[in-house]
Amino acid sequence: DIWSLYRNIPTPVARNEKASSELGYVGIDAILEQMRRKAMKQGFEFNIMVVGQSGLGKSTLMNTLFKSKVSRRSVKTTEEERIPKTIEIKSISHDIEEKGVRMKLTVIDTPGFGDQINNENCWQPIMKFINAQYEQYLQEEINIDRKKKIPDSRVHCCIYFIPPTGHCLRPIDIEFMRHLSKVVNIVPVIAKADTLTLEERDFFKQKVREDLRANEIDIYPQKEFDEDAEDRMINEKIREMIPFAVVGSDQEYQVNGKRLLGRKTRWGTVEVENTTHCEFAYLRDLLIRTHMQNIKDITSSIHYEMYRVRRLNENNMHPNGQPTIHANGVPEHEVLSNEM
Amino acid sequence: GFEPGEGARAIPLSGHVGFDSMPDQLVNKSVNHGFCFNILCVGETGLGKSTLMDTLFNTKFEGEPTQHNQPGVQLKSNTYELQESNVRLKLTVVNTVGFGDQINKEDSYKSIVEFIDTQFEAYLQEELKIKRTLHSYHDTRIHACLYFIAPTGHSLKSLDLVTMKKLDSKVNIIPIVAKSDAISKSELAKFKIKITSELVSNGVQIYQFPTDDETVAEINSTMNGHLPFAVVGSTEEVKIGNKMVRARQYPWGTVQVENENHCDFVKLREMLIRVNMEDLREQTHTRHYELYRRCKLEEMGFKDTDPDSKPFSLQETYEAKRNEFMGELQKKEEEMRQMFVQRVKEKEAELKEAEKELHEKFDRLKKLHQDEKKKLEDKKKSLDDELNSFKQKKTAAELLQAQTQQAGSSSTLKKDKERKK
Repeated sequence: DIWSLYRNIPTPVARNEKASSELGYVGIDAILEQMRRKAMKQGFEFNIMVVGQSGLGKSTLMNTLFKSKVSRRSVKTTEEERIPKTIEIKSISHDIEEKGVRMKLTVIDTPGFGDQINNENCWQPIMKFINAQYEQYLQEEINIDRKKKIPDSRVHCCIYFIPPTGHCLRPIDIEFMRHLSKVVNIVPVIAKADTLTLEERDFFKQKVREDLRANEIDIYPQKEFDEDAEDRMINEKIREMIPFAVVGSDQEYQVNGKRLLGRKTRWGTVEVENTTHCEFAYLRDLLIRTHMQNIKDITSSIHYEMYRVRRLNENNMHPNGQPTIHANGVPEHEVLSNEM
Repeated sequence: GFEPGEGARAIPLSGHVGFDSMPDQLVNKSVNHGFCFNILCVGETGLGKSTLMDTLFNTKFEGEPTQHNQPGVQLKSNTYELQESNVRLKLTVVNTVGFGDQINKEDSYKSIVEFIDTQFEAYLQEELKIKRTLHSYHDTRIHACLYFIAPTGHSLKSLDLVTMKKLDSKVNIIPIVAKSDAISKSELAKFKIKITSELVSNGVQIYQFPTDDETVAEINSTMNGHLPFAVVGSTEEVKIGNKMVRARQYPWGTVQVENENHCDFVKLREMLIRVNMEDLREQTHTRHYELYRRCKLEEMGFKDTDPDSKPFSLQETYEAKRNEFMGELQKKEEEMRQMFVQRVKEKEAELKEAEKELHEKFDRLKKLHQDEKKKLEDKKKSLDDELNSFKQKKTAAELLQAQTQQAGSSSTLKKDKERKK
C-alpha cells in the first residue's frame, strides 16, 4: 500500500500521520510541506546594499551579520585601500547554506559615498544603480521567450550608516534617505554605537526619528504597508527602535567562560550579540530571521511595480516613442525624473 | 560607474545566521494569503464527475443538479472556500456539461480549449497592465484537468483521443477511469495497458508526477505507473466492521472508496492533493501559461529582436498597436462621417434643385394660367362688346322698326285716311 512507499525515502516527509488516518481528512494542508520542499530546492536570493562614509564599519557589520567574510573588503587580497575619487558601486556574491537552506547573498558596497569634499548629489549614482537593477528585471520580464526564473539583482535592502555624532542627522543623511527611501527599503543604523552611552544613544535616536518624520522619510518597515493589526503591532515596535545602534565584530573573545563575538577595549568587552550592549541582535533578527521575506516582497510588489509604472508611463509620453537608452540600461530622461 | 557582481562562490558560516527560517517565512506569507487551486473535469455525462469532486474534498459541492438541455458543450465553474487547519484554499471546480452528448462531436473540444485560453488571457491582461496587482489577483488558470474515461473496458474513444490531444499542451492532464467498479480487476489491468499504449502511440502528453526531488521521487514514479487511476466516488457511508466508510453498496458486496484493493481513489487523492498540488500549479504557470503567452505575443507581432532594436516595452508597443488600431478605427469613423456629410449635402442639393424646378414649374403654370385668364378676359370683353353693340343694334333696329311701324301705321292711317277720302 501507499504508506510503505514512504518508508523507503531517506528524509522523512513531515506529515501529520495521525490526521491522515482521521476520517474526512482531505490533505489540503499538505501544500505547506510541498511549498517548503520547493523552496529548499530552489534556494533564495538576497541583495543587501551598504551605504555610509568610510570608516563606519560597514564591512565588519556585514561579516558579523552573515557570520562569514561576505564583504568585498574581506575578499580583496593585496590591493591597497584608497578612498575613490567618485562613488563606486561594487557587488560581490556568495553562496551560503544553513540547515539545507541555500542562499545566494549579494553584498553591494558603495565606496566613496560621503567621502568627497563636495558631496552634492552623492545619492545619484546609487539611485541610478538601483533603478538599473529594476530595469534589468523589467527587460527580462517583457521578453517573449523568458527564463523560468528571472535572476533577481534588485536591491532588497539598503543599510544606511549614520555616524555616531550624538546630535542629529546631517544634511547628507537627510538628502540620501529622502531620495532613496522612495525607491528602496532603507534601514538606518547608528554605526560604531559603542562610542555612545545609553543616554546619549537614546537621545540621538529620538533626534533621528524626529528628523526622519520632519522630512517625511519612510524607512523600513513603512507604515503604509502594514497588512493588518498584527503586522502593525509588530512593526510599530520595530519603528520605535529604529535606528538600531550597532557594533560589529568578527573577533571572538572569552567572556564568562563563553566565546562571544565582541570588541575588546581597555575598559571592557562589548558583546555584539548582547542586547544590553547594542542592538545588533535586533537588526539581525529583523533583516534575516523574521522579515527577510517581507523585505523582498515589498521590493518586488511595491518598489519594482512603482518603477515599472513610471517607466511605462514615461514611455507613453515620449513624443517619438523610443527613448534613448544609456549603455547601463538607464534611459536618459531617468536622470531628470530622479530629481524629485 | 559600477562593476558587475563577481561570480558567487560558496563560503562556510562560522555560526548560526538564521536564514534557515526563510522557508518558514515564505510558508507563513502564503498561509496569510491563502491558496488557489482550479480543477477542470472533462468527461461525458453520467461518469460521476460531481460525485468524485465531492468525495475528493469531502464536502457536498453543488446544490442544484446541472441542466443537460443546452446545445453544445458548456463549462460550468464554481468556486468554494475550504479550510483545513490553518490553510485556506480557494478551490474552483469546472465541469463540462453536455460533453459527448452531441451527434456531431467534431467541435466538442473547442469550448474547453476556449475556456482554458480565456483564463490564460485574463492573467496575461493583468500582467500587461501598467498598474497591476498580481499578488492579489484571483488566479483562475486551470491547474489540473481530470479526464474521465468511460469504463467500457475496450479502448479510448476517438473523442477522448482528439480532446486530450488538443488539451495536452494547455493543461496538466490526469486521465482516470471513471466508475471503475463496472470493470473486473483483470479487465481493468488490460484496459489500463490499452489506454496507456493508445495515449503513447497518439503522442498525447499527460501529466507526469515529478521525480526530480528525491523526497518524493519514488512515490511519484511508482504512481506514474498506475495511471490512469481507476476511481470510484461516493458520498454515501456504509458500516464496515465498526467504522463508517464511504462506499457503494451492491447486493453482492460493497466497494469501499478508500480501500486501495478496490480502487485507486486514495492514489488519486494522494497525487493530486497531498503530494503534487504545488507542482501542478507551478507547471501551469511556468510551462502552459508561458507557452500561451509566447504564442499570443508572437501572434500579435512582437519579437525578441536583437537588444538594439528590441521594442522598449511590451506594454508600450501593445498600447501603440492598440492606439494604431483605435486610430484606424477613428479614421474610418471620420471617413464614414465625411461620406455621410457629403451624401447629405448632395441630397440637399438634389432637393434644392427639385424645389427650384418645382417653383419654376409653378411660376410657369401661374403665368400660363394668367395668360389664359387674360385671353379669356379679352375674349369676354370682346364678346361683351359684341354683345353690347348687338344690343345697341337691336335696340336701334327695334326703334327703327317701331318708328317704321308707327310711320307705317300712321302712314297706313294716313293711307287709310286718304283712302277714305
